[in-house]
Amino acid sequence: MSDSLDAYLILAGLLFAIGSFGFLARRNAISMLMSIELMLNAVNLSIIAFGAFIPELAARGAIIALMVMAVAAAEATVGLAIVIAIYRNKKTPLVDEYDAMRQ
Amino acid sequence: MSLESLAPLLLVLPLAGFLLTAMIGRRLGKAAHWIPVLFIFAVWVIAMGLVFNVLGGTAPLLEGTEETHGYVIRLFEWIPAGQFVVEVGILIDPLTAALLIVVTTIGLLVHVYSIGYMSHDPGYWRFFAYLNLFMFSMLLLVLSDSWLVVFVAWELVGLSSYLLIGFWFRKRSAALAAKKAFIVNRVGDVGFALGIMAIFVNTVAAGHPTLNIRESIELLLGNGDGNPIPLFVVALLVFAGAMGKSAQFPLHVWLPDAMEGPTPVSALIHAATMVNAGVYLVARANPLFASAPDAMVIVAAIGIFTAILAASIAMTQTDIKRVLAYSTLSQLGYMFAALGVGAFTAAIFHLMTHGFFKGLLFLGSGSVIHAVHDEQDMRKMGGLRKKIPITYVTMLIGSIAIAGIPPLAGFFSKDEILGEAFKFGFYWVWGIGLFVAMLTAFYMFRLMGLTFWGTFRGPQAVWDKIHESPLVMTGPLMLLAIPSVFLGMALGLPLGDSTLSHWLESTFAESEHLLDLPHGDYALLGIDGGLILASVAAAAMGLALAWRLFGVEIGGIRLGAQPERVRELSAKVPFLYRASLNKWWFDELNHLLFIRIGGKVADALFWFDRNVVDGTVNGIGRTTIQAGRGLRQVQTGRVQNYALGIAVGLLVMAGSYLILAGSR
Repeated sequence: MSDSLDAYLILAGLLFAIGSFGFLARRNAISMLMSIELMLNAVNLSIIAFGAFIPELAARGAIIALMVMAVAAAEATVGLAIVIAIYRNKKTPLVDEYDAMRQ
Repeated sequence: MSLESLAPLLLVLPLAGFLLTAMIGRRLGKAAHWIPVLFIFAVWVIAMGLVFNVLGGTAPLLEGTEETHGYVIRLFEWIPAGQFVVEVGILIDPLTAALLIVVTTIGLLVHVYSIGYMSHDPGYWRFFAYLNLFMFSMLLLVLSDSWLVVFVAWELVGLSSYLLIGFWFRKRSAALAAKKAFIVNRVGDVGFALGIMAIFVNTVAAGHPTLNIRESIELLLGNGDGNPIPLFVVALLVFAGAMGKSAQFPLHVWLPDAMEGPTPVSALIHAATMVNAGVYLVARANPLFASAPDAMVIVAAIGIFTAILAASIAMTQTDIKRVLAYSTLSQLGYMFAALGVGAFTAAIFHLMTHGFFKGLLFLGSGSVIHAVHDEQDMRKMGGLRKKIPITYVTMLIGSIAIAGIPPLAGFFSKDEILGEAFKFGFYWVWGIGLFVAMLTAFYMFRLMGLTFWGTFRGPQAVWDKIHESPLVMTGPLMLLAIPSVFLGMALGLPLGDSTLSHWLESTFAESEHLLDLPHGDYALLGIDGGLILASVAAAAMGLALAWRLFGVEIGGIRLGAQPERVRELSAKVPFLYRASLNKWWFDELNHLLFIRIGGKVADALFWFDRNVVDGTVNGIGRTTIQAGRGLRQVQTGRVQNYALGIAVGLLVMAGSYLILAGSR
């Protein structure tokens, strides 16, 4: 285990970059949800790293990370439910064909 | 239970009568008159009791006065809004009492008369409902002690007048006349409303905002020159309202047209009560006028001008009701002339006597019109004396009374106006008034000659069917004939120190003091006797002239009509004749001013509104729509585009934060 905060932050930044690229580049709603999870985990990682390296934060970093995980789980549930509901109507998982609001 | 506690019933009963009749009158059919007539009878009884107490001096003294007896009854607070408080209350002082006599008595008699006159009308119940609404409004007007409530009543009498003029609203001319009356009245009402606001502003300056009539007048007088709005302006604004309601020049055009309404309405509203509201208003506000003598001169000038203008028109009209309408205008002009010269008591005196004899004449003309099958053109009448004797005798009494022949009612009041105008130094008012007195006698006996004397000029079939009206109609005529004969003697004697002047002494004392009017002793053998002789001579001349031209048949005096002489005479003064016949073209003038020229102005304003104002507003709207249409392209509906926007925004914010933080 490296004792440098920077390494964790770089890893978190890379994960976040991969997640945001996935969210921007992929057309599949399921992939986009997975990208969102990736970004959330990147943020989680950075929070835990801060919590471990900065003594004043004590256990708070871990608590915030737990909360983010709970929120992420809820978000994934709702997001998947919506995607499945739309899929039943549109017969496609591709988000650029979800254009009912445009017309 | 004291009589005082019954006073609110004066307002409650007519209002209840109106509401009840309006709700269930249709079902009552021909019995619809019972509620309104009985209610008004009760009102009359209560009013007479109150009047007796106030004028007899058994009522308590009014607060803040030494000799004015009367009642002040607080009813409720209408608008309690901080400093601005409007209370609804009843004030019965001698002036109100004088008006109450006229309003309730004639109101009652007209209600009874209408039972006969309107008996064949399908809108029977509606008519009585409106009549009660009018009685409520008129009583509210004379009883209220607050300017704002007076204004509300002012509009209410206007409304009931509108409803009753347009009673036969399927007749186009009636609907138009009602509209005309309403609109012309609005012009004056604007002035009155502004006047009330000015009074309020002035009371604020006095440190005690109030709309109570007696209090506010005292405050305004106390302010003296410290009023933000000068009393001259206040007086003229109030007078503007009076001009509209009392149909003074140039707002006189609505009253003759108002004759489209049923005749009892003409008698009640357009002769005896509502048109007197203006006179009442000026008399009520008399100290304001007395402290602005310039305004009084304007009142006198407009009054006497209306008097001669209307009298000149009345001379040639052929519609029996129109002659009486112009006569009413002319007599109202007298009243304003009297107010203007400072003869307040004389004005109220003439208001009372005129109310009775003009009410009588109008009801009589209604009986005539009834008899000759709704014919109003006097050229198709004549010789009716033999067929409808009661109507004839009562109308003859009314005519003598209005002509100013002693000792009937009109003589006393008119002579008092003319005499005081002369003694107070308004010689021009006196001179014109004297001439108008001659014209008055002339046109009234022209009316009598054309209607009752000579031979019938209509179709024979109508003549055979002419019959006297039923007792329910002739009864009120006979009852009105009594005051037409005796009211002048009852109120006007002894000359120079009359009963009425004692009654109203305290009401007008302050103004007479302010105006510093000359108070010589009454000299029957000196100047006053001379003035009486002059006015009687003027009346006699007019009467003799009318007899010569249009005939007369009273007892031994019998003269034939001379239609050819009439034609000759009118051909000699073609301009005057045409002017009189065409009412001095005032309707045409109004048409030109307000419909032709005013219409052009309105068109121009409409163009401006449509092109400039609407153009600006629509332009803004169109620009917004176009901008939205353009900006809509940004919204692609693709989630990734939005997400890219979010990511770029985040980068920009984070980057700029880093740059700013680094540069520090």
